[in-house]
Amino acid sequence: MIHIALAGGALLIFIGIWGMLTKKNIIRIIIGFSLFDTGLHVVLVGLGYLKNRTAPIVDADLPAKAASSQSVDPVPQAIVLTAIVIGLAVTSVLLVFALKLYQSKNTLDINKLRDNTND
Amino acid sequence: MLPVLLTILVIIMLLGGLLAVEHKSLLIGVISAGLVSLTASIIYVILAAPDVAMTEAAIGSGLSTVMFLYVLRRIKGDSNA
Amino acid sequence: MLKKLFALILIGGLGLIFFQLYNQRSRREGLTKTASYYTEKGPAETRSANIVTSVVVTYRGLDTLGEVTILFAAASIIGFFLKRSEKGSKDKTIRNQSSELLQTGSMLLVPLIFLLGIYVFVNGHLSPGGGFQGGAIIASGTVLAFLANPSFEGGRTLIHILESLSGMFYVGIGVAGIFLAAGFLDNRIFPTGNVGSFISAGAIPVIYSIIGLKVGAELSAILYSLRDTKEQQ
Repeated sequence: MIHIALAGGALLIFIGIWGMLTKKNIIRIIIGFSLFDTGLHVVLVGLGYLKNRTAPIVDADLPAKAASSQSVDPVPQAIVLTAIVIGLAVTSVLLVFALKLYQSKNTLDINKLRDNTND
Repeated sequence: MLPVLLTILVIIMLLGGLLAVEHKSLLIGVISAGLVSLTASIIYVILAAPDVAMTEAAIGSGLSTVMFLYVLRRIKGDSNA
Repeated sequence: MLKKLFALILIGGLGLIFFQLYNQRSRREGLTKTASYYTEKGPAETRSANIVTSVVVTYRGLDTLGEVTILFAAASIIGFFLKRSEKGSKDKTIRNQSSELLQTGSMLLVPLIFLLGIYVFVNGHLSPGGGFQGGAIIASGTVLAFLANPSFEGGRTLIHILESLSGMFYVGIGVAGIFLAAGFLDNRIFPTGNVGSFISAGAIPVIYSIIGLKVGAELSAILYSLRDTKEQQ
């Protein structure tokens, strides 16, 4: 089961890289970046998954004594939790830069942005 | 049963990713990126990570999409890749 | 065309590297040393039922502080870039009124969404959820308020007050941990109670509530800035 998640995450990373490298519209590149982000998170969470184990939350089904033998790895989950929020912050900064670029140059095509003689 | 469900979700996620990158309309691309996040959050539930699933559902498919749409609204025309 | 070929070659190479890494990883049955420490000692030391919460807030609390700082920096950058263009053109932006159904429904729903967000981060030590999720839910409530009333202006000062105060309290509680307990951001400055009861886990619910308010305020501030940018001239 972990193979499916890892393969899916890796393929999503490749789709994101493909979008970032081949597209010319800046918004499209930012979409590719956010896909890359999501794929990376899926891979990380998939690496922490262990078969036949449950979520790391102590309750009636998971007594505290059995936690280390019956729960999945909590560390990648904690990392991904903060990484998602940071990803949102980075994406919003990228979007605002794209917006400012559009307002000053009136285009989003990276090929047309190359000349910096007149603005 | 669970591996089948996971496979279906991964396929939906990858198709959403391809649509997000390749579709002509930027609006559809942004919505597809939201769909990718939503399916990813269900995948997190299957991978026994409910905390991450809640974060991804609220942030990835909710707020991130809204921010893209706010920026798209400012950028009229010029929407072809 | 050549560009696409290069991209394909790069992706193929990356795929090969990933495949090699995947093939050569050591198959493990149990948890790593760090993870088994967290799962074994976590509930006993922090008295938090949610082990992910105890890792995020206590064991790796400094990382979370840095992460909140990054969020603050992003909100400041966005506010700096978008605020400038907003002043002069504020009056001439015409905003469409939304339908009456949405307006009335949002009056009922927005407080409930805020309440759900507060519930999620107050219960972060017992159930899935916590400051980041609760803060994001609160920001979603702000989005609904914007949709219902595009010129919604309430809560701007509240956001600024929450932004500054919650950051200060976060660091303050962390420093209190140095004097009253074992170290920075130690949660045992308050009585820890029993695993699973609402009043438990020492300072974790307090810190997570502060994080929730902070994240909600920062994301709402980003949304305010994005909404108020000047229309394309």
